[in-house]
Amino acid sequence: MRRSVPLLIVSITGFFMLIQYFIPLEESEWLYERILDWIIVIGCFAMLLGLWSLTYVSVNKVKRKVPGWGYNLVALSGLFFMLIVGFVPGQESLVRGSAFMHLFEYVYIPIQASMFSLLAFYIASAAYRAFRARTVLATILLVSAVVIMLRLVPLGPLSGINQWLANFILTVPNMAAKRAFWIGVGLGATATALKIMLGIERTYMGRD
Amino acid sequence: MRVEKEKMVLDRGFSYLLLLAFFFLILFSTNSFAQDPSDTLAPESVTNVDAFDTPNDNGHSITVSWELSSDDGAGKNNVVVYEVYRSDSPEGKFEKRGMVPAGENTFEDQGAKEKDNANYLPSHKNFYYRVRAKSDGLFSDSEISLPAYAYGQWYHTGKTPVLVAVILFSVFAITFITLARKGKLFYIRPLAGIEAVDDAIGRATEMGKPILYIFGLGTADMIATIASFTILSRVAKKTAEYQTPILIPCYDSVVMAVAQETVRAAYLEAGRPDMYKEENIFFLTSMQFAYVAGVNGIMLREKPATNFYLGKFYAESLILAETGSIAGSIQISGTDEIAQIPFFVAATDYTLIGEELYAASAYLGREPVLLGTLKGQDWGKAVVIFSLILGALAASFGFQFFINLFRIQL
Amino acid sequence: MDLYDQMMNLDRRWVYLVIGLVVTITAILPFKVPLYITPEVRSVYNFIESLEPDDVLMIGVDYAPEVMAELHPMSYAITRQCFSRDIKLLLCCLHQNGPGMVEQVIAQVSKEYDKVNGEDYVYLGYKPYPGITILAMGQNFRIPFPEDYYGTTLDSLPMMKKLTNFDDIKAIINISGGSGTEYWINYANGRYNAKLAIGVTGVMTSDYYPFLQSGQIFGLIGGMKGAAEYEDLAEKGGYISREKDQLWAFKSMPIQTTTHIVVILFIVLGNVGYFMSKRKKYGKYEHP
Repeated sequence: MRRSVPLLIVSITGFFMLIQYFIPLEESEWLYERILDWIIVIGCFAMLLGLWSLTYVSVNKVKRKVPGWGYNLVALSGLFFMLIVGFVPGQESLVRGSAFMHLFEYVYIPIQASMFSLLAFYIASAAYRAFRARTVLATILLVSAVVIMLRLVPLGPLSGINQWLANFILTVPNMAAKRAFWIGVGLGATATALKIMLGIERTYMGRD
Repeated sequence: MRVEKEKMVLDRGFSYLLLLAFFFLILFSTNSFAQDPSDTLAPESVTNVDAFDTPNDNGHSITVSWELSSDDGAGKNNVVVYEVYRSDSPEGKFEKRGMVPAGENTFEDQGAKEKDNANYLPSHKNFYYRVRAKSDGLFSDSEISLPAYAYGQWYHTGKTPVLVAVILFSVFAITFITLARKGKLFYIRPLAGIEAVDDAIGRATEMGKPILYIFGLGTADMIATIASFTILSRVAKKTAEYQTPILIPCYDSVVMAVAQETVRAAYLEAGRPDMYKEENIFFLTSMQFAYVAGVNGIMLREKPATNFYLGKFYAESLILAETGSIAGSIQISGTDEIAQIPFFVAATDYTLIGEELYAASAYLGREPVLLGTLKGQDWGKAVVIFSLILGALAASFGFQFFINLFRIQL
Repeated sequence: MDLYDQMMNLDRRWVYLVIGLVVTITAILPFKVPLYITPEVRSVYNFIESLEPDDVLMIGVDYAPEVMAELHPMSYAITRQCFSRDIKLLLCCLHQNGPGMVEQVIAQVSKEYDKVNGEDYVYLGYKPYPGITILAMGQNFRIPFPEDYYGTTLDSLPMMKKLTNFDDIKAIINISGGSGTEYWINYANGRYNAKLAIGVTGVMTSDYYPFLQSGQIFGLIGGMKGAAEYEDLAEKGGYISREKDQLWAFKSMPIQTTTHIVVILFIVLGNVGYFMSKRKKYGKYEHP
């Protein structure tokens, strides 16, 4: 009973969503929209769950003074500081010039941008380690990577040839591989959905 | 006084004369100086105006079609646009619903479905249409169409190819599942990433370090995340047996809740419910790079023996994987996000590419029924490959019919 | 460990140091990089050139701060080109962290060209669920966005009087750092036949070439390089100028060039080390 009810809900909802896709009726649209609303509502409540989890875990670590508890303290203060600033009375928080937007623009944006720019360093070190001509296939990968990278480098008279080659790699082999990938993913996704709807795959409920 | 009055009469007479002359002048000039006399004439009206319910919709749209005016592209060739007018009675006031350029002969009168919307078009109510062929300033109206009403359909005929594919594929899958249930064994090619899972957990146990399991930025409704839940269940069972802690920082709180449940059940099944620690599966943040910073911090502080990155990943993939590599962890990754696969391939030890991620739970469990669906997938692929070859040939030799079989309307 | 092994197993901190140095030095001592303008970028530029004053162009801005280095230059260059040609803009945002990005662009550029909110441009604001929002906009902009970002009802904005849905705008340019682009392609173009061009990050670029080939999008501005090409075109068209420091992506091109060369050199270094150490191990003519 504890297993079959959730499985039944999954199956029925799954099949409904599948059938709904083929029915353009207004009533079917209405149901679909209600389900989307549900997702939003569930998401909002789950957000509270997340907030609770973060606070609980962090407060616990700070209280027990586990190694690295300082980081948890920083996370907690950041969370509540931003929350309080967002609720300053008499001020709309999402308009230009508000304290909240100042924090967004002058603290959040630069931090996000610098985290992202770490990629430049990591791409270099990962490329250095990964691109080794160990096998024929690895060599092909290496050569195409270099051709694509050289697109950005002025090569004088060779530029035209390189541009052509880079363009060819992007639009022919790259695209062919990508389409094959998407076909595989599409079939795999359908198979997974089918397995879940038929109740064959139920490990996500915790048990085989 | 009298003289003045006479002068006024004369003046007036003179101005009338002038006006008359001017009038004649205009008449004369339009008749004799115009290059093409047809410019002054309205285009021929359109014929056979037909209004009918727009197919495959929710019942708030009517399509109008007509035969082009004989002056559209031929004759006087002066049609610029067609304007479509609608009324709820043939005698009523017709209001303009839209226009299409010359050369077009259909118009979709798409209304809104909300009653309070100004553009509301009710279902099951008769409407009459009239089409106006317009040149510069001049126009001619068509006859009024027969009444038509909009109604919703029970089946979207434009999606038939999708339905056929879903049915065909389901038949394959169910056939192979049935065969598997009857005891038929299927061979599947080994996947290095999957074979490595057990070793990776064993390694963590030997080192006495935790395992880090990352779902990425996916929400609980994405197939990649669902596939990842099924893998987590197997991994968690192993970690419970080996008594190795598993850390799961989450980006989405619904994912967190499901992950907690999955791990709890796996520990229960392994007979070690006492080992389960809810605080090891926690929510971090729903901001991409704040999440990356949080996870990277955990990696560098806890130095996990093994990192799993299974689910939906975006630009954070490489930053996570490189940091994991700096921390010296064995890393197993898998995603269906194609742009991130190169990064994972470059920076982690094993990568499950796209559908391999979905198939992983079948591989890990080795249950015949799950393997059966993989076989069904292979047959699906065979059909796709076959259709691709036929489609390429059909396109090359101009057999439009075959290509149209695959056309989908949204 | 001999030299070849060292070449092969360089501590990654050396890589970071060299990259850091090269970026800094190039930023201080820039040079001019000749650019090859790709047809997919040129077609976006030429399309906007072909528009008449008072035509309406829609820009969907779907990106967060982290990708602003690549995508902000596109938004600025396109907005400036449109406003100097008196083309009206309809903007919307379908990324949760994006509304601030649109605000930045439109606040600054509208001031530069004395453009009035509601008359010369309308910013619809942010809505979650890009797929549903785009489908609804295809019917009527007022369904997902009854009010604009600033809380004014759309019907009271002069520019919106003639605009119902995608049929009334000349084209959509989606500048995006995430998966929202697929919704624009599938729904705005696929379902409603809207003319669509996209600007995406460098990583995403290769994903969208298939759509260019199939004609679902008419232009593609890819990453910093694409943005630089666009800026180059816009500068030649006289819409942005070097003196006013409006060519940001273009300015970053030398950095892109030098870092790419450094990455290639590191790859070469690793491979030379790999081959030489293998050769030493197995002798000159022997192979395993």
